Amino acid sequence: MKLDNIYQEEKKSNLAKLSEIIITMASRPSGFIGLSILIFHVILAFISPYIAPYDFKAINPTLMLQAPSAEYWFGTDDLGRDVFTRTILGGRTALTITFFGSLIALLWGGLLGIFCGLVGGKTDDIVMRIVDAFLSIPWILAMLLIVSLLGTSTEVLIPALGFFYGKGIVRVARAATHDVIAKDFIVSARARGHSNFSIIWNEIIPNVRDAILVEGAMRWSWMLLGFSSLSFLGFGVSPPTPDWGLMISNARGLMSFAYWSVIAPIVGLSSLIIGINLTADAFAKALGIDRSTKAPV
Amino acid sequence: MTEIIQKVKNLSIGFKSKKGEEILILRNISTNIKKGETVGIVGESGSGKSTLALAMMGYVKHGLYTIGGECEFNSSNLLKMKNRDLEKIRGRKIAMIPQNAGQALTPNLKIGYQIDEALQLHSDLNEEEREQKISELLNKVRLPSPETIALRYPHELSGGQQQRVAVAMALAGTPDLLLLDEPTTGLDVTTQAHVLELLNFIAKDTGTSMVYVSHDLGAIAQVSDRIIVMYSGEIVLEGPSRDILKKPIHPYTYGLLKSIPKLSLAGLPQSMPGSQPQPGTMYRGCSFFDRCDFSEEKCKNNSPQLEYLEELNTSVRCFNYKSLMNHSQVNQTVNKIKTSLEDKEILNLSEVSISYAKQKLLDQVLNRISDDNPTVKDININIKKGETIALVGESGSGKSTILKSIAGLLRTKGGIIKFDQNRNLSSDLKERDPNDLRIIQLIFQNPDESLNPNHTVEEIIAQPLKLYFGLKSEELKKNIIDLLQKVRLGEFYMSRYPRQLSGGEKQRVAVARAFAAKPDIILCDEVTSALDVSVQAAVLNLLQQLKEDFGTTYIFVSHDLAVVRAISDRVAVLYQGRLCEVGPSKDVYQFPSHPYTEVLLGAVLEPDPDIKPKLVAEDIVEEKPPQKGCSFQGRCSRILGDICKSEIPPWQITESGNSIRCHIPLKELQKDQIN
Ligand SMILES: Nc1ncnc2c1ncn2[C@@H]1O[C@H](COP(=O)(O)OP(=O)(O)O)[C@@H](O)[C@H]1O
Ligand code: SF4
Ligand code: SF4
Ligand SMILES: [Mg+2]
Repeated sequence: MKLDNIYQEEKKSNLAKLSEIIITMASRPSGFIGLSILIFHVILAFISPYIAPYDFKAINPTLMLQAPSAEYWFGTDDLGRDVFTRTILGGRTALTITFFGSLIALLWGGLLGIFCGLVGGKTDDIVMRIVDAFLSIPWILAMLLIVSLLGTSTEVLIPALGFFYGKGIVRVARAATHDVIAKDFIVSARARGHSNFSIIWNEIIPNVRDAILVEGAMRWSWMLLGFSSLSFLGFGVSPPTPDWGLMISNARGLMSFAYWSVIAPIVGLSSLIIGINLTADAFAKALGIDRSTKAPV
Repeated sequence: MTEIIQKVKNLSIGFKSKKGEEILILRNISTNIKKGETVGIVGESGSGKSTLALAMMGYVKHGLYTIGGECEFNSSNLLKMKNRDLEKIRGRKIAMIPQNAGQALTPNLKIGYQIDEALQLHSDLNEEEREQKISELLNKVRLPSPETIALRYPHELSGGQQQRVAVAMALAGTPDLLLLDEPTTGLDVTTQAHVLELLNFIAKDTGTSMVYVSHDLGAIAQVSDRIIVMYSGEIVLEGPSRDILKKPIHPYTYGLLKSIPKLSLAGLPQSMPGSQPQPGTMYRGCSFFDRCDFSEEKCKNNSPQLEYLEELNTSVRCFNYKSLMNHSQVNQTVNKIKTSLEDKEILNLSEVSISYAKQKLLDQVLNRISDDNPTVKDININIKKGETIALVGESGSGKSTILKSIAGLLRTKGGIIKFDQNRNLSSDLKERDPNDLRIIQLIFQNPDESLNPNHTVEEIIAQPLKLYFGLKSEELKKNIIDLLQKVRLGEFYMSRYPRQLSGGEKQRVAVARAFAAKPDIILCDEVTSALDVSVQAAVLNLLQQLKEDFGTTYIFVSHDLAVVRAISDRVAVLYQGRLCEVGPSKDVYQFPSHPYTEVLLGAVLEPDPDIKPKLVAEDIVEEKPPQKGCSFQGRCSRILGDICKSEIPPWQITESGNSIRCHIPLKELQKDQIN
């Protein structure tokens, strides 16, 4: 009988595992589309300063609200700035801030969730109550308060967003940890006398990592929407830095006669959100996590 | 000729692997189910028995598909039928009782209501008739006072009672064919025997044909007229139940029957080597070839066909069946276990009591024990170095609870746990020093749960080596390879993940991890319960071998009395967290017996149609131990009266050193209560 059977797989390096996951993701149509959009946006964010045809802040009263033309592909806005230039640059800040915001959300949400799941009992109850209570305040009001007190600098926005979007991650991490904690391999490690740190690092994290990462990816797209709303309200990116939320906000009054100045940033923002969403979904499927059965929050 | 109810013809079911290969799970199965007969389908997990049973009701699991063949019922092929037509048959003509059917009852609906729903769906009775039918069905499955049961919620019934309700619901549509998939697996021994007896009664009473799927030959033996043995997706043997169990003419069945421990035999049965091939790994030759004691050169490259032997009314798939026909019976030989008992006490439990109840604040402050009726109480056991002591009892009797306290995972309420005669072991992990933790290791029931799925075998075994001995690099690796060899696994297993191993291999890894700590005592919690019968004996033999090599002491928890008989030197019987009987195995398995021990022994299912279980006590489940008197008073059929209810019975000790805790004098206990 042959020993090399279909069930056998060798231990792979992390890189090999990652590339396998990406290939699995891309083999699904939705995953392929999501990944393509996301990669497109990331590349654009890196190279846009070098390919932008015009200066994004050059105001030119003579060129106000020009319709799209060969010269100004997406037309111009009410100050005569090139909409194409501003659109390709308009995702950079949002993408950067929300990316780092998500990392912070992942970190604190994941760790607190694992901690709560691990200790359980009263401590868990109390911490979860506090998290819930804190975050039952409408986040946008809280954000506005923070921003108006501390300003809209990156150093304020990243941790603030990271904090507010970590809530869902706490829940997911806690639930995943709860599932793992009941398993005998944890009991076994405890009985051997491993430290709590070793149990978390060796036994729990490898088993909850996937669920937390997927949740983090999902939160990223929501955070992006949230951040753009802030900009829309004038509390995110400050002018003249181009930003989709801000652009939509400025141009929406002109929609009826200068639709171009609002459509481009809308397409930019929504395609990025859809791209991240599809990617996160494909990521979950590739890892074998079924989000439909384990709806978080 | 009796009427045929279901005709399975050349059925093949499979799935597509990631690489696009077609992988067969059922390979060309043909069989007939006749009216009124009970057919047992037996095989280890992954042999395809559930897939076959499901196909018999026209259901193919998601991810699988029919490759060829048919399942004919009332002269139409169920596998080609439209869902709408199938719905008319399922529940009415063919009913199914899946594993854990009792537990699958809807928790927030009353029993009567749930049966009524089944009746509405599967019969044309009007409301009045249905009401009558409900109590008729509950009566038929022998539930006490059907009227009150109908008004209860599922959680208010015991596991056995829930299973009876599931049977009642399956009978709601008066089916012609009843499919049962592992209907008693997971139930207690006593409950199992009761449910099987009920099924036998129903088969006789209603004339329903049954297909009984199980991995347990003991259960199959009690109910089947005919037995189908499956291996690796094929039928390897099919014939009348008695012949198959008494004179199996296929090497797999023969080996299986030889490897199952029996109550009548002290000592470990011979094990069958290897494990069943995974689907898709067999290319040519007999699928049993590398485990077969009778194999020849030609079996390697030629697949035997299923051959029908007229004179025996048996079909067999083996080139060599004739040489098995000469064996008159399965002659089981056992290896007597060797115990080098040192007269040194290694672990002593005295007056240990454990409670799960939360302590009240006031009691906590005053540091007193509030629960006067704890889950486990009065445990006094001396364990000698090198012995294997077994704890037996039904689920909930406190076996695992005691193990947890010994391991330091659960605080005791009182009593002392002493190691090596002088060292007190705290029942709190944090108060034990690393060496106290090292000397006691645990092996769990289910290796799927006890091995971290994200660690390789190497990482798993390295853990205790690093933790206790600080081993690194080369030395660590050498030790791991060494341990793997001890549990008969090759070096190449190091890089595998648990999911790439068979059940038996996983359990070997768990054994290796336990031995890596060089422990004095190993606590084994139902270590063979999750394993297939064919690998169970191998793991038991391995444990015994390691024990003889290292002089380890085992505390062995199991609900399987035959396994306990095979491996243990001494047995302690527990009921509701109280000891009933403690003594040398030989004596516990003989009269005089504690009435509860007698119940347990009577309920054991043996793979022999001539040994029927004796049902002495009701299969009720008690929630809490009684406040006063004997712990077994609620179910004891020999109860003496008030004295049992008010006074804790005394320990009576026989000449051979067997201690029995009962008010009935030893001389009386000598007698079997049935005769
Ligand atoms: N949906 C599925 N996809 C792939 N393989 C499956 C699926 N369901 C069952 N199997 C495989 O089919 C084999 C037989 O399964 P099953 O009929 O459940 O066996 P048994 O009842 O004997 O335990 C097993 O190897 C199992 O892994
Ligand atoms: S055909 Fe050969 S290998 Fe297969 S069971 Fe028979 S004797 Fe054994
Ligand atoms: S003491 Fe009484 S109730 Fe208990 S086992 Fe003996 S006879 Fe039965
Ligand atoms: Mg099965």
